[in-house]
Amino acid sequence: MNPIPLARWQFAITTIFHWLFVPLTLGLSIFIALAETRYVRTGDEKYKRMARFWGPILLLNFAMGVVTGIVQEFHFGLNWSEYSRFMGDIFGAPLAIEALLAFYLESTFLGVWFFGWDRLSKKAHLLTAWLVALGSNISAYWILTANSFMQHPTGYTLQGGRALMSDFFALITNPNIPYQFAHVLTGGIALAGFVVMAFSAWHLLQKREVDFFRTNFRWAARYALIGAILVGLIGHFQGQFVLQKQPLKMTAAEAHWETEQPASFLVVAIPNEQARTNTFEIRIPYVLSLLSYNSFTARVEGLNELEKAAIAQWGPGNYIPPVAINFYAFRIMVLAGLLMILLAVLAVVYQQPEARPGFLKVMLWAPVLPYLAGVAGWIVAEVGRWPWIVYGLLRIEDAISPNVPASSIVFSLVVLTVLYAVLSVLAFRLAVKYGAQETAAGQVAEAY
Amino acid sequence: MDLNTLWFILITVLFIGFFVLEGFDYGVGILLPFLGKKDEERRIIINTIGPIWDSNEVWMITAGGAMFAAFPQVYATLFSGAYLALILMLVGLILRGVGFEFRSKSPDPRWRNTWDWLLFVGSLVPALLWGVVVGNLMRGLAIDAKMTYWGGLLPLLNPFALWGGLTFVALFTMHGANFLALRTSGEVEKRAKAVAFGAWIAAVVVTVIFVVWAFFATDILTRPGVNGLIPAILAAIALLLVGYFVRQGRHGWAFVMGVLTIVFATVMVFAGLYPRILISTLDPAYSLTIYNASSSPYTLRVMTIVAAIFVPIVLAYLAWTYKVFSDRVTGKKLVY
Repeated sequence: MNPIPLARWQFAITTIFHWLFVPLTLGLSIFIALAETRYVRTGDEKYKRMARFWGPILLLNFAMGVVTGIVQEFHFGLNWSEYSRFMGDIFGAPLAIEALLAFYLESTFLGVWFFGWDRLSKKAHLLTAWLVALGSNISAYWILTANSFMQHPTGYTLQGGRALMSDFFALITNPNIPYQFAHVLTGGIALAGFVVMAFSAWHLLQKREVDFFRTNFRWAARYALIGAILVGLIGHFQGQFVLQKQPLKMTAAEAHWETEQPASFLVVAIPNEQARTNTFEIRIPYVLSLLSYNSFTARVEGLNELEKAAIAQWGPGNYIPPVAINFYAFRIMVLAGLLMILLAVLAVVYQQPEARPGFLKVMLWAPVLPYLAGVAGWIVAEVGRWPWIVYGLLRIEDAISPNVPASSIVFSLVVLTVLYAVLSVLAFRLAVKYGAQETAAGQVAEAY
Repeated sequence: MDLNTLWFILITVLFIGFFVLEGFDYGVGILLPFLGKKDEERRIIINTIGPIWDSNEVWMITAGGAMFAAFPQVYATLFSGAYLALILMLVGLILRGVGFEFRSKSPDPRWRNTWDWLLFVGSLVPALLWGVVVGNLMRGLAIDAKMTYWGGLLPLLNPFALWGGLTFVALFTMHGANFLALRTSGEVEKRAKAVAFGAWIAAVVVTVIFVVWAFFATDILTRPGVNGLIPAILAAIALLLVGYFVRQGRHGWAFVMGVLTIVFATVMVFAGLYPRILISTLDPAYSLTIYNASSSPYTLRVMTIVAAIFVPIVLAYLAWTYKVFSDRVTGKKLVY
């Protein structure tokens, strides 16, 4: 058995589970801090309850994020020891800095925030809420710094078969980071908005505590709209950037095989990777040129031509990433993003959501969209880098641990996947049970 | 002192923080089903570490991250080599990590009882396996010229390393009992105090055997130059004082002595290793040291600056957190 696909599956599964929980903590921690800020400013207990109400959901997601995150950290050494040897000089630094700057901050003040309502002054408690939000998002920044190097290496030299850091400043100001970080942050904001709206919609449909949940819904609607518009806009510019730096990734995501001028955008296609063409296409002329280069007539290179350039640069080999996966993942992400904007606009426009049960029923299920978009986006980012684990520097097959037999990977793959699946179902059910339970009016659901 | 040595010391400090703080967390988890008879008592026990266990675990993550940053070869060799042991440890850490959150979200007694035992397992297994890992670090691994260990799981489960695991479990259980004696109230406090002495005797017996065994089976205590002998003696004194203070009913001091025991024991291991990190049993020249396994001087310099700025800040707010949550937990204000 070939260990490489097994190890790749394992990393993919861990990452996807990780990404089912982390983005909510990015957006929800800020949402909670905003609500508590309002409480401290106005003294209105409603906003205190708002901040507290979402606390257990945040903690549940945080815990799941931690336990999947530890496994990810371990994976670099477990399955990908040669990657760690090659990249340790560069990759370990942001990881360690993430732990030092972000994990301590986040975990410490989340504990203080959750347990400290009666122990701290109002302002000190509010500060802890913002420190949690800061910690979560600093954490995202540093791990994306590490990932950005894998997408677009900067500030390094190659020496003795290893990549060595030559410029820390270039590492942390990698031009890939602003796009990726902003995309992830705004995606988390949109997701948190949709999740808060879904729980609020449930209570509004039951006509429970209408005033409290209407406030939640209306806050979350605006929050989601800001997030959804920004994540789309930033994503567009990110796409243009990736087309410059990793042309094969973006071109695979468009299933664009042959160079065209002007180039048309494929709404639907069935890529045939053996024949290197699409067996079915629905095209919109000019649009790919416009999206890629802001010009209706720009020339957009196709995969076949790009691969020739890749062979000239890196030697013989196959450099076209899996096209169908990238193409569909990209379209799922974009479609979900557009629907999110539409629903968020409606949610903001409807001043009295409780009067629109049909819409509220849709909003119960709407969080599926940001979750799908987030997972699909990471599939494009990571699968699209194929055949590289570090773009242009290290191939996937050269990164794997030589001393770990396939049987060990199968064992851990099965155990961890089953464990994650069970825990994710439980976490989902506990979150829903908590968030949807009937609560006595004016009283925070203490839950414990 | 060169930066390689500085980072070796810093990683030692991170492991000390991890073993001291997660040590009592693991001990609390191991004692949970036994010291808590009723749900409220178990909640009291869980709430003693509720606000802090997660940041305690960050010490482990940071130690791992720092190892990756400063000595990436060690990270690669150790993690790929101890693959299955670490996977099992991860399973324990996962169960533990979600256990506190999951348990509290449903009042169903069967659900809670299940999670209490999963918390027990999730505390016992990592404690045991960290001991096994440390035992193997002391003893050495069959690492080849390319810094790779091919032996798989079974050679890691040798009697000496397993005894190391037992030692960790015994010390952490004692540490957790003293912590609970300080932080709980009522019946739980009584039981914690009652169990502390027995846990101490077990810890002394197991630890003494381990150290004597290490004296003959490894070079940690005996090699010329820097070795672990003096810290081992200091750890032994601290461990004896734990028992003295438990007998006196002074659990605060007993806890402090427990902390010192773990501090000196960790120093013993790392001092005995220095300047090696992973000893090769095939050929001393194959050992991974702080020089042949390290990052570049540039990365070490960058990381030193980062650590010099942020470690003091982190320590300051951690100390503040412990001050905020220093009172005894009663049945009145339980969060979990």
